[in-house]
Amino acid sequence: MLDADFFRRWLTAATAAVDREAARLTELDSPIGDADHGSNLQRGFVAVSAVLEKEAPATPGGVLTLAGRQLISTVGGASGPLYGTLLRRTGKALGDAPEVSEAELAAALRTGVDAVMTLGGAAPGDKTMIDALVPAVDALGTSFDAAATAAEQGALATTPMQARKGRASYLGERSIGHQDPGATSSALLIGALAEAARDE
Amino acid sequence: MKMLINVAETVVTDALRGMAAAHPELVVDVENRVIARRDAPVEGKVALVSGGGSGHEPLHGGFVGHGMLSAACPGEVFTSPVPDQMVRAAAAVDSGAGVLFVVKNYTGDVLNFDMAAELAEDEGIQVAKVLVNDDVAVTDSLYTAGRRGTGATLFVEKIAGAAAEEGQPLERVEAIARQVNANTRSFGVALSACATPAKGSPTFDLPPGELELGVGIHGEPGRERRAMMTSGEIADFSVDAVLEDLQPTGPVLVLVNGMGATPLLELYGFNAEVQRVLTERGVAAARTLVGNYVTSLDMAGASVTLCQVDEELLRLWDAPVSTAGLRWGM
Repeated sequence: MLDADFFRRWLTAATAAVDREAARLTELDSPIGDADHGSNLQRGFVAVSAVLEKEAPATPGGVLTLAGRQLISTVGGASGPLYGTLLRRTGKALGDAPEVSEAELAAALRTGVDAVMTLGGAAPGDKTMIDALVPAVDALGTSFDAAATAAEQGALATTPMQARKGRASYLGERSIGHQDPGATSSALLIGALAEAARDE
Repeated sequence: MKMLINVAETVVTDALRGMAAAHPELVVDVENRVIARRDAPVEGKVALVSGGGSGHEPLHGGFVGHGMLSAACPGEVFTSPVPDQMVRAAAAVDSGAGVLFVVKNYTGDVLNFDMAAELAEDEGIQVAKVLVNDDVAVTDSLYTAGRRGTGATLFVEKIAGAAAEEGQPLERVEAIARQVNANTRSFGVALSACATPAKGSPTFDLPPGELELGVGIHGEPGRERRAMMTSGEIADFSVDAVLEDLQPTGPVLVLVNGMGATPLLELYGFNAEVQRVLTERGVAAARTLVGNYVTSLDMAGASVTLCQVDEELLRLWDAPVSTAGLRWGM
């Protein structure tokens, strides 16, 4: 079973991963976006880690909803509402339980990903974070490591796609040939989940 | 790349501190990143609130003042502000007559303003929104996020701001804002990429002999790349791109806008060519504004925005305005 501490470790690992990869995310964002994805997420996750240190919600749902609200309040751009909604809605789906099973997390995360798809209007194949998150959620039934691998492969698979959502969509065909920064950061988030599970 | 900054992390707050020092007629909340008119809330007046990423100055903070915006919230460079800022701005300037959010069509701006509108309504503030989407370089289809909002933002903020100043009600101010947006189209070109403070180098590589046609205002490449053209050739291409889409049947307001690193010498020369093309196409320029208004950091280049006006819109355009970035008639 997964307790609040597990979810705090997930977000701590995510903060470290975003911190480590911020320059690469910004680099990926510069030919097709506006060169700020890394620095924006870095600001948000640092704030998430800070608020979790100050307030320590006792439930998995509490940790994720607090983190989601913090991302919405600090990131801005599209990433703030999208990642904020992902964590907040996943957290709300987990409810008040002090511990949740892996299957419950998988189901809740699917609810979160669905909420992101509704909010951003993106579907698989649009060259967005959804292209990493959907395969990850599908693979979460197998294992955390399988989810991380699926997310990573999903991010790589965005390279030949033409963007239909977000700022890269303004470039039309010229967006082809660049890996999507949002799918890449989503793979980092799922990678951090696998990392937290390995530390169990 | 050399920049006149301390560190990238404080670029926005440093600029707000400097703005506060230069403009005592504004209330600049540096910590919460809200710029408001000192006399707000004005009794009975609809408030206009806009915001977006920083790096487009004077948009939007430079357009806060009499006859234009009531408040603006600047985000990080090229990143939309967060809902908390927008709600704070709305609460600071709402007199009870309601607030119009002026939102440029970028995914981040739209999502954050949508969230802010919900939160503001929870606080009892009546909110209307207008989405600015004037850029003809983007095909508005299922396969994009829709047209970008660029130069039309200035026309919407000025004309709707004048209507609000007259005491017109929220639904009327909103309708005028929508009318201005519907009657406005833009097209931009880049002669160089821009450098964001966070990255410190140009966002894309543009060789000296080439230009990008159909750019937005975030340093992203445009619709296509071509060999460098003369000012006259760029005017022909840009004005035709706008006219093909707008097909005006009356006089237009003209904005010849610099992207941040193009001197007025070049912009005025470019405007001469824009006016030539308009005359050749039989379009009357009612008023013309030339300068750096909706910029893209240090990008070299320009955009052309045309807004078809009737007598009412022209009267509102001519109404007095007093802001840091736009001022006439008072």
